[in-house]
Amino acid sequence: MKELFRLNVNGEDTDVAFEPYKTLLEVLREDLDLTGTKHGCELGECGACTVLLDGRPVMSCLYLAVEAQNKRIETVEGLADRGVPSALQTAFARTGGAQCGYCTPGVLMSATALLRENTHPSRDEIKEALAGNLCRCTGYIKIFDAVELAAVEITGPES
Amino acid sequence: MLRLNRFSYVAPGDLDGALALMEKHGQDAMLMAGGTDLLVNIKQRLATPALVVGIRELPELQGYSLDRGWLTLGASTRLCDIEHDPRIRMMYPALSDAAGLISAPQVRTVATLGGNICLDTRCNYYNQSQEWRRAIGFCMKKDSPICRVAPGGDRCWAVASADTVPVLISLRAETTVVGPSGIRRVPVESLYQDDGLVPLTLRFGEIVSSVHIPPPDTWTTEYAKFRLRQSFDFPLVGIAASVRRDPDGNIADARVVMTAVASYPERASGAESVLRGKPLSEESITTAGHAVFRQAKPMDNTAGSIFHRKRMARVLVERSLRHIAGLPERDARTA
Repeated sequence: MKELFRLNVNGEDTDVAFEPYKTLLEVLREDLDLTGTKHGCELGECGACTVLLDGRPVMSCLYLAVEAQNKRIETVEGLADRGVPSALQTAFARTGGAQCGYCTPGVLMSATALLRENTHPSRDEIKEALAGNLCRCTGYIKIFDAVELAAVEITGPES
Repeated sequence: MLRLNRFSYVAPGDLDGALALMEKHGQDAMLMAGGTDLLVNIKQRLATPALVVGIRELPELQGYSLDRGWLTLGASTRLCDIEHDPRIRMMYPALSDAAGLISAPQVRTVATLGGNICLDTRCNYYNQSQEWRRAIGFCMKKDSPICRVAPGGDRCWAVASADTVPVLISLRAETTVVGPSGIRRVPVESLYQDDGLVPLTLRFGEIVSSVHIPPPDTWTTEYAKFRLRQSFDFPLVGIAASVRRDPDGNIADARVVMTAVASYPERASGAESVLRGKPLSEESITTAGHAVFRQAKPMDNTAGSIFHRKRMARVLVERSLRHIAGLPERDARTA
């Protein structure tokens, strides 16, 4: 039976009713209409559903929404600031880091978490941070380029 | 969509509450810590609990403490913390390495040490959707009397697939297990039995609450893993190798543990005994590699061929021991 829960999504408290056996992915997409978070393998093998919980990337398909109460949930919809894309999003557009775009929201969330902790990640650190995000179009190179470009855009070249 | 089955969810406030719930609901209830293994199994209908008892936040399962050289970690310690915490990495680098080799970064932020210890065994014929399994008539581990790996046999051959466990066994770690009949201290090695169907020796309702690791002293440990996808995957074979050398450089003691080649984390006793008393040299390492090759008997139930996994068991143990000995890596073509 549905119960009412309070979730904090992209900085906003939202009351939403769902069953306790619903994953965070299902609640975001089906109850909150936040369809930016993508539904891929549903088994924790592709990373398309990656969101941030208290700043850390998690697979929302393997996380019960009921357990996301009292945590800060961030989705791709929260990256842009009043319609202005984040530096990372802009970098993806500029380098062609998104092709079909299905993996992109998950990649953006993993990379956002990385860049907050590490303002000048090495390519190996980027690869490791994105190891859980499957992309079948780009061959990853343009994704790595985008993250590197965003790092420079955000903090300037490494001295 | 792969939906979860309809279950109720309770997150008790303390360990006693969790034990009481398990006692009250019996086999209808399942414990869930990080849930990254269990929720997949529920989606594939390998498990259909009526009640999920969330234990991740239990206060008794948290914490980090050092006492007379022993490190105690709460069972809810996340794999990403084991991977990155400099205090853990400094004392037990192989444990941090093994944790970092588990699944993907987005899983390690959620998955727990206790969950990895209690990881269900895996098999090509088991870890599949319900439709897939129905098409082959199911398997012994779920809904059929017949094992699809060895249909003539009377046992399930699903493989132990945890990465931290071989390292914990090589480090001589122990656990605190809390259950309806009280608290007991169990060596990690004794938590497992050679049975793919029921891989854990835990009694129903028992909870691993913490893990205790003895001081590293003069032991040096390495973990090496072979997997299909380098970015993230379960092991096709994993080897933890641990040696303690006496002052003149000979190996006073050795512990070698294999994962993903049997239904339990298997001690490579042959390799351990050939190493003891010898210097860690090209010769002793090659002999240990042969001993591991002889002992590892994987079944055809993960990706990769049996022979490839058997050979990789040898390669991994040699690679780890060479690294410990400070010998250069062997050319891949001659390995």
